[in-house]
Amino acid sequence: MTGLRHLIRLILRRDRVLLPLWVLILAALPAVYAASFAELTPTEEARELYARTTAGIPSIEAMLGPVYGHSVEALATQRAGLTLLIVALINVLVVIRHTRTEEDAGRRELVAATVVGRHAPLAAALVVAVGADLVMGLLTAAFMGFSGGSLLLGLSLAFAGIVFAAVGAVAAQLTENAGPARGLALAVLGVAYLVRAAGDATGSNLSWASPLAWSQYTKPFAGDDWRPLLASFGLTAVLAGLAGWLSVRRDVGGGLLPTRLGPAGSTSLTGPFALAWRLQRGLLIGWSVGFLVFGLAFGGAVSGATEAFTGNPELAELFARLGGGVSLTDTFIATLLGIAAIAAAAYGIQAASRMRAEEAAMRAEPVLATGTARAPWALGHVVFAVVGPIVALFMIGAGLGLTYGADVGDLGQVPRLIGAALAQAPAAATLTGLTVALFGLLPRLSGVAWGILAICLLLGQVGALLQLSQVVLDLSPFTHTPRVPGGEVSALPLAVLALVAGALTAAGLWGFRRRDVGV
Amino acid sequence: MENAILVSGLHKTFGRTHALNGLDLTVRTGEVHGFLGPNGSGKSTTIRVLLGLLRADSGSARLLGGDPWKDATALHRRLAYVPGDVTLWPNLSGGEVIDLLGRLRGGLNPKRRAELLERFDLDPRKKGRAYSKGNRQKVALVAALASDVELLILDEPTSGLDPLMEEVFRECVAEEKTSGRTVLLSSHILAEVEQLCDRVSIIRNGQTVESGTLTDLRHLTRTSISADLATPLTTIPGVHDLVVDGTRVRFEVDTDRLDDTLKHLTAAGVRSLTSQPPTLEELFMRHYQGAAR
Repeated sequence: MTGLRHLIRLILRRDRVLLPLWVLILAALPAVYAASFAELTPTEEARELYARTTAGIPSIEAMLGPVYGHSVEALATQRAGLTLLIVALINVLVVIRHTRTEEDAGRRELVAATVVGRHAPLAAALVVAVGADLVMGLLTAAFMGFSGGSLLLGLSLAFAGIVFAAVGAVAAQLTENAGPARGLALAVLGVAYLVRAAGDATGSNLSWASPLAWSQYTKPFAGDDWRPLLASFGLTAVLAGLAGWLSVRRDVGGGLLPTRLGPAGSTSLTGPFALAWRLQRGLLIGWSVGFLVFGLAFGGAVSGATEAFTGNPELAELFARLGGGVSLTDTFIATLLGIAAIAAAAYGIQAASRMRAEEAAMRAEPVLATGTARAPWALGHVVFAVVGPIVALFMIGAGLGLTYGADVGDLGQVPRLIGAALAQAPAAATLTGLTVALFGLLPRLSGVAWGILAICLLLGQVGALLQLSQVVLDLSPFTHTPRVPGGEVSALPLAVLALVAGALTAAGLWGFRRRDVGV
Repeated sequence: MENAILVSGLHKTFGRTHALNGLDLTVRTGEVHGFLGPNGSGKSTTIRVLLGLLRADSGSARLLGGDPWKDATALHRRLAYVPGDVTLWPNLSGGEVIDLLGRLRGGLNPKRRAELLERFDLDPRKKGRAYSKGNRQKVALVAALASDVELLILDEPTSGLDPLMEEVFRECVAEEKTSGRTVLLSSHILAEVEQLCDRVSIIRNGQTVESGTLTDLRHLTRTSISADLATPLTTIPGVHDLVVDGTRVRFEVDTDRLDDTLKHLTAAGVRSLTSQPPTLEELFMRHYQGAAR
């Protein structure tokens, strides 16, 4: 463990902006949710009704996790179910960023050749991740007003992160490159989420198989139970130990999963589009399959919502009024598709960012030094960044339609929900367009697109709760997407969004043809 | 077309850095031209301007009779480029990259491809991430050398190659020259330049400081002389770095002043004399050191 202290300081120095930022934002979210519940459901009766008719129905429990009480804090805790997912996601990314990415780039070698213990680099990444999680947990408790419940909520959130930091650490040992390691760890996270969702939707014990559920079964503010965190702690210890054990049993730079030989030549790589397909197909397949699986899983959970109404016409009528004539299932699906739109935009940004990544890694240069002009080279990637999210949205619509349609015996839901999903595409495309525009005009600021997406996400998630003015909310393209299915669709906002996306993309391509490459 | 590359008065700034400061470069068709200069002197920037990847602030550049920025795509079909630091796609095999780059240039000769793979001892089935630096360099070299083009632009192509492979590279470039191709070879390796290049240009701080054939350049070098004289001399006109130690003198003299200096020495009576012939290395060191100052 020699050199651990220095390595920790190196990580803190490199992440000095990002780390405090995510710790603070995530720690603040539960308190923001609590404040909004206090505002929106000020009375005991209102909260009780909300817990019974909205928070407690299977589809919402599948998405967020179970609700255990109807105090402001208990409702906020359930709402923080997605925060839990984000914490886990960030931990995976942080740990892999400071372990496998470093090795991949050859920087680990530079460090390993100095006086640094074999375990130190991995330990340093884990110490920083766990430390940040604990600070985030304490801050969460502080923002919620220190109490047994708030401390437990904070620690539960922290442990969701800690467990997945350890998952990331194991994944980083298995593959030779950072990309596959991230994919592996995120796949584990995806499965954990789906298992918890399926378990909570059906009210079965299946959820216990998911570490994400342990952080929710602590029931903060509703009978505080610290024991599930023992399981989290145990799993973390096992995984961290496994990662450490694996890390000394392999070469620096090597992985445990074998790398295979490729073909000796190629007849299919005929031009810039063929190259873009090779570089983009993994993303396209991954996102499409992921969206389809989520669609199928949640489509099955939706009908649980309607069951809550059978034999309760009073409630059904209440909801018909609340939703402005829109059925509860439609409201639920529309909410889900709103989240899918953000995810699709993230995919669009990721696919469009490939251009900048290729340029920064100096892989664009040799291609552009051949007979390939800049426009076709860029267009190859742009096509995937534009069409890819549309395909993914189509898949989630089809998935939702299939299982939900099968449940209610109406396969007419398939085209209806595909249409609703595709209505999200123009808003997502504006973010793709923004990324292309940044790439072409301000290449060094390409990363800003992610920041804009985060702001859109925050505006969508807490904007209405914080009662921000409509002018501010209108800044996000997602505000302009009609709430479908169920809501009224007008073509104008969709057309305007598509136009903005097209203009941004064109501006980016125009700029790229005129600027220096490799800056 | 007499000149494959004709660059004059090229300027390029990046923020406050003046990367090219009125650079001139002439490469005649059919010659192997050495492009030398210390790290950061502007070699790669010049090459990127020639490839139409960067737009020069001012000055003129002609490549194969065309404008490197406006006619980039058409010109690129007639040239092949090997960057100094080759990065490959981690999930594409070496063979796939060779075929891709060859095809993007308008096709490559399969026989030549197979022959080059053999000569460079390269396994084309490995994935990009699995290659060492030298092997990545070989992938780019095979792709370039197997293409049927008029001009090869090679930016420090042998960095990372072992001496055996460096030899193979030299053979290949010599063959390219015989078959009438033009080569712009940026390099730090003197032996490589001496063996391959017809003419060289040395640049420093974005400016051309010397240009000509190696014989021309040799004239610019100095001969080192140490002598034991019958009568001590304290000054010798026109020499550099004179050290006097009793009757012994050591100094360097420009080659064109050698005759005058020797007359001066024999007048004082020469007991013994050793002279070291001029080397290109000294010339280069002189220019390289100038950059450090």
